[in-house]
Amino acid sequence: MTNNQRSYSNTRATLAIAKASFRSILRSPSAVVFSLAFPLVFIVVFANIGNRAITADVGVAKTSDTANDFYRGLKTHKVANLVTNQTTAEMQKNLSKGDLAAIIDIKKSDTPPYITVNTTYSTASGDKGNIFRMILTNIAYNANKPAQRGPSPVVELKEETIAGREYKYIDFLLPGMLGFSLLSSGVFGTAFVFLSLRITLVIKRFFATPVKKYSIVLGEAIARLVFSWIGAAFIILVGHYAFGFTLIHGTITVVNLLILSAIGLIVFMGFGFIISGIAKNESSVPPIANIVTLPQFLLSGTFFSTAAFPVWLQGISNILPLTYLNTAMRNVAFEGASLGSVLPQLGVLGIWFIIVYGVAVKTFRWE
Amino acid sequence: MAQPPIISVKNLVKKYGDFTAVSDISFDVYEGEIFGLLGPNGAGKTTTLEIIETLRDKTSGEVTVNGFSVDKDPDAIKKCIGVQLQAAGYYPNLNLSELIVLFSGLYGISKTPKEMLEKVALVEKSKAKYKDLSGGQKQRFSIATTLINDPKIIFLDEPTTGLDPQARRNLWDLISEIRDKGTTVVITTHYMDEAEVLCDRVAFVDGGHIVGIDSPDAFIDKLVASGFERKKEVKSANLEDVFINLTGKEWREE
Repeated sequence: MTNNQRSYSNTRATLAIAKASFRSILRSPSAVVFSLAFPLVFIVVFANIGNRAITADVGVAKTSDTANDFYRGLKTHKVANLVTNQTTAEMQKNLSKGDLAAIIDIKKSDTPPYITVNTTYSTASGDKGNIFRMILTNIAYNANKPAQRGPSPVVELKEETIAGREYKYIDFLLPGMLGFSLLSSGVFGTAFVFLSLRITLVIKRFFATPVKKYSIVLGEAIARLVFSWIGAAFIILVGHYAFGFTLIHGTITVVNLLILSAIGLIVFMGFGFIISGIAKNESSVPPIANIVTLPQFLLSGTFFSTAAFPVWLQGISNILPLTYLNTAMRNVAFEGASLGSVLPQLGVLGIWFIIVYGVAVKTFRWE
Repeated sequence: MAQPPIISVKNLVKKYGDFTAVSDISFDVYEGEIFGLLGPNGAGKTTTLEIIETLRDKTSGEVTVNGFSVDKDPDAIKKCIGVQLQAAGYYPNLNLSELIVLFSGLYGISKTPKEMLEKVALVEKSKAKYKDLSGGQKQRFSIATTLINDPKIIFLDEPTTGLDPQARRNLWDLISEIRDKGTTVVITTHYMDEAEVLCDRVAFVDGGHIVGIDSPDAFIDKLVASGFERKKEVKSANLEDVFINLTGKEWREE
């Protein structure tokens, strides 16, 4: 009777489950496809078409004169899109991110040159800046032609360039893809695993061993977290080295992104626990899981900014947990925000955590 | 059998709402024997086993296993028993070695996959998945998982259901070996020939009651003494003996 009396290690049992689960995940094609292949394919496809915009947004400085032919001509231009509804500070920020190709400040004068166009570009303006520069040069050339009889040009172009970092589409897309990957892994993976362990009586067999319930949940969570971290690190590195994804503080940013990934995954796993409890069999998992994942996939700013949505739709976006995870990850990666400064987003995720796990405790079934 | 019982079940009752699955069952199992619970489907065999295995709550009654009460010390019981469930699956996508490693971790015991698989002659299948095994191999693997913690008692719930005669006989040999090494075995089965060969004592369960406990020999002798006769002349061999004779006794893999 004494041979089995030595102390039983719950940690060891938990890690045994984590190891088994991790092996199982690696051998499950759907997990690998959803967590790695899909996000990468989306990144490759969209990152390559994302930057080919044919309009250049140009900020109009508050001090600019707008009652002149040059401004009116520019306003009707198909490629140049004049932006007047941003504050000076917003314009500066957007210019430095490359969201604005340039900021123009037009000055009228009674003596030649009658029009002086002061243009500020940033190093982040990229192709759009070059396109806009060509547009300006072109307009100025045409405007100055009739005046060639006199020595003074009608329009004079002046420009300066500020340092900026381009906010590339990949900087928007990659955190969205990461969020999507965490969402599908957390919801689908967790729901499938716990449902199948329950209906194939694997969990019942576990209960005939001294293992604790929390070891089973924790072991599964650890396995999924490690798998998601490897997937996230892979996506981030491919994004960074192949597509120029901005990691403003390098390694620290990666670590912060992985911490955010863990928080997101834990919240999303809660949905999985709920679904595993209410689904009758494996074929009823996908419809229920899609109800959770698809709206977030479409409405949480995964591929494109929710700013383009009508207000009522934005209202829905602003409820969904993935929206906040995406925003937090974008701020951390591009702006270099600390985890402390994305506390508002983490707070919303915390509220979701309480709601989701409150429901999961009620619906989850062991057998 | 003068020694105290290793399993003692007293006035066990299990109700599901209005339905009484187990109604006032009492029996003892002694160390080192193969004890059979026999009876038709729905008689309450599995329910009784699962209560003893600490997997199910009872409505009333007392159950002690190896001196531990199922109410007070279920964890101590789990550590000294091995359980094979009817139709239980194993963790998906893992091979047999990895499953043994998993169970070693769950029991907190260091066993190599090789030493466990050797006990059930499955070493050459160590890289195979559970779902790819034949019926007999699956049952032998299940038994290997019940032996990881060197249990004092193992519970086998219909281990031979669905197996061909060779696999069945092979499993009888394995179960007898386990008993001979000192492990107590509690088994349920629908096959009376199996119980007759394998069990030291059997209990017949019907409608949630025990209708008789004794050794198979004693039961048969009693019945014969009461004047019972088989309708057909008893031959010294039966059709299964013919089957084994014609197809060979050796173990078939598939």
